[in-house]
Amino acid sequence: MTLDEVKDAVAGNVAVDVPEAQASCAYASDLLSDVMGHSGEGAVLITIQNHLNTIAVCTLVGTEIIVVCHNREIPPDMAEAAKREGVAIVTTPLSQFAASVALSSLPPVAR
Amino acid sequence: MEGYKPVILQGQQTNDDEILEKSPPIDASALGGDSSVIIMELLQRFKVRDVMKRKVLSVPRKASLREAQRIMRESRISGLPISEEGRLYGIVSVNDIILALDGGWIEESCEDHMATNLVVLEAGMPLSFALRYFNNYSYGRFPVLDSNRQLVGVISQRDVMRALLYELSVEIRKLERKTAAITGEGEPAHNVNYFRREYAVVRNDLSSAGHAANEIKKLLKEHKVDRVVARRIAVAAYELEINICIHSHGGILTLVIQDDAVTITAKDRGPGIADIEWACRDGTSTANDWIRSLGFGAGMGLSNSKRVSDEFEIKSEVGKYTRVTCVFRLNKQAEGAAQ
Repeated sequence: MTLDEVKDAVAGNVAVDVPEAQASCAYASDLLSDVMGHSGEGAVLITIQNHLNTIAVCTLVGTEIIVVCHNREIPPDMAEAAKREGVAIVTTPLSQFAASVALSSLPPVAR
Repeated sequence: MEGYKPVILQGQQTNDDEILEKSPPIDASALGGDSSVIIMELLQRFKVRDVMKRKVLSVPRKASLREAQRIMRESRISGLPISEEGRLYGIVSVNDIILALDGGWIEESCEDHMATNLVVLEAGMPLSFALRYFNNYSYGRFPVLDSNRQLVGVISQRDVMRALLYELSVEIRKLERKTAAITGEGEPAHNVNYFRREYAVVRNDLSSAGHAANEIKKLLKEHKVDRVVARRIAVAAYELEINICIHSHGGILTLVIQDDAVTITAKDRGPGIADIEWACRDGTSTANDWIRSLGFGAGMGLSNSKRVSDEFEIKSEVGKYTRVTCVFRLNKQAEGAAQ
């Protein structure tokens, strides 16, 4: 799924644009240690964690797109880090559950 | 009422070391006289511009004190520079606002009530100057000007402290490495492909956490370590880095790459773990609410690191240290790729 497709699916806005960002599966969690432990390469991360450390985790597990729920504001340092590391951010008014449903065409992370 | 938007000024990196030549020599007694050599050296080596905040909020002279108050409240700052096109005219402090509210001139312009007799620092000054200024004046922060007298930043005591603590941890790390080399823990000479890198991790500095793990991931890529293995190593490195950051008094994360294995070691300076078995169990944690609100401290760090490692060892002495070692075996394929 491309960034644009993710954005349209969750009726969101692109807060950090990385045009070539892709997602092949999805993972929803607000617990970054859980993301570290269970998310996989190429997953779009559905979360409400709008801070710098989310980018660090995504970079490590190989996530290229983050969907931040409830239209939480993206702090400037997070946006900067995302741009630097090539991680796209989409903000959506949806909840984590609703965003997960909206992206249900993506498979869960393969274990 | 006109809504002044604060002008956000982004300081430029300019080389204005010539200021130094006009400056009086350092007075060691101003620093307490007995500061250690390392701190003295750091204070000399670092310039104000290395430490100051480059993002400065300011308003023009015609802005009302009420506007200044609003911006200070919203941005949670206690002093607002009054500047136009980079030229600094004055500062409005919380105290000026209180006086204005009390005296009934809050709608008047900043120009008429700002402090104009300012103490400023210059960007090229050594940090020791800043420290002396903080000692000599009761101000919490100083505006910073470049050699063209343009406002380029603001420096607070906190900025100085943070920079010093960070650099000190780096210096300590170097010393520890030196000690390790003397006591024979250094690099074995027989192993040709031996690579070692250390990272200082500062307590509670969550904004920098992940930095070491990211560097490690890049280094593993450079060393052509298999992607899947590299990802496991990066996960362990990140978890251990976060652990040092949120649970310890600070410590060192070490990466060692050898022919057949990669080792990540996290050693901290305490407080140590009383019940290691309990700490390694999934879901157990001593983290506080702040850490938890950021998505950490769910008690998965040690168990995550253990799960991704081929060998896992944890040693701890209460009140002294905790040392976690994760070893990752490199398979034949990765070995071949590395050669």
